Amino acid sequence: MTDHDVTVAPFIARESFIELSARERARALLDTGTFRELLGPFDRLTSPWLPLQGIVCQADDGVVIARGTIDGAPAVVAAIESAFQGGSIGEVAGSKIAGALELALRDCENGRPVRPVIVFETGGVRLQEANLGLAVIAEIQSAIVSLRRHVPVVGVIAGMVGCFGGMSLAAALCTRLVMTRQGRLGMNGPEVIEQEAGIDELDASDRLRIWQLIGGAQRVASGFADILVEDDASAIATAVHVAFSQGIDGVHRSEAVERYLDGLARIDPATVTPETMRAVFRPCGTAGTCHDTADEPQRVPGANREESQ
Amino acid sequence: MEHLTFEYPAQHAITSRAHVGVVGSGDLEVLLSPNDTMRAQVAVQTSVDGYGHIWKSVLDRFFSRYTGAVRVEINDFGATPGVVSLRLAEAVEAAQAAGDADGSTDQRGTR
Repeated sequence: MTDHDVTVAPFIARESFIELSARERARALLDTGTFRELLGPFDRLTSPWLPLQGIVCQADDGVVIARGTIDGAPAVVAAIESAFQGGSIGEVAGSKIAGALELALRDCENGRPVRPVIVFETGGVRLQEANLGLAVIAEIQSAIVSLRRHVPVVGVIAGMVGCFGGMSLAAALCTRLVMTRQGRLGMNGPEVIEQEAGIDELDASDRLRIWQLIGGAQRVASGFADILVEDDASAIATAVHVAFSQGIDGVHRSEAVERYLDGLARIDPATVTPETMRAVFRPCGTAGTCHDTADEPQRVPGANREESQ
Repeated sequence: MEHLTFEYPAQHAITSRAHVGVVGSGDLEVLLSPNDTMRAQVAVQTSVDGYGHIWKSVLDRFFSRYTGAVRVEINDFGATPGVVSLRLAEAVEAAQAAGDADGSTDQRGTR
């Protein structure tokens, strides 16, 4: 890996990944000039359910599927557009992701490995499409589990929406997760928690608190994500390269059942803090809970300055 | 949600297409593609009802300067007239850039 020689771009020289559209994000992760979109906007594969509820469709239903190469190897990127309906997963949007992963699986099974990347930027299921969205998220999760036996499945959570709901479970199934410190990963979003459990449980306007709980830095420090990277398109592309180069050695998080049950048993909900979460769940924690080196937080160019707050 | 259609005369064919924008708050998506007749046809889906006269003003002005035979599909999520005009101009520019990249002889339609 020669990528580590790349220096960190100064702030003004950075190209923000967060500010890119889903299509531009997919392009940024693929090798230059190899981007080729499948089922693009001119295929007009839109949601049949939104117009029935008086909601305007988007021509790609908010998901960009792109083939290309990553480090010269065939790859497929599924990128969710957060600006359309909060990146929510409807029947069509989710089917595009599931279909792309299933085709990649078929190629892998036929001896033609395809590197799958999912750019998560989603509040989860699209409530207007309810059960159809939930069903297709299950298909996405099933495809990830099948695919990760053959090739690393890499997820990117850059922000600013983050990754929530059923899609947070899909993210948790990925072999490796790349996050920025602006990214957030959690089952329920802060507003939902405040609404359901009350403001005493969580003040959704307390940004510092929220990022301490579910922000990228905390998620990497506590081993729920793997690579913390600055909001820079080339740094994130490099992190994705690194994630694939590490292969599929080791145990996936979702398979380490004993380790996480043990960790949960050591957490007291009444006194838990971001620090205790890090102490209990950090990748190479106390008492030999670390099973493999693949769980260690990764450092790549631009992925520095991990702070404890 | 409201569906509006408009039609304008055109003077030259185009050979490439373009997609710009997003159906996000205050924004819109524009799909611009070659039309098979020498007319410009616009179909608008908008989330905001009752602004047909504003759409007509914005599109009348745009097609008084642009004369390509295009099919324009707009999916709008409450964009202001200024944003609509910018997205239309962006779509024309992107289609021309795509045409130039293909080495086609797409004529310049604006200005």
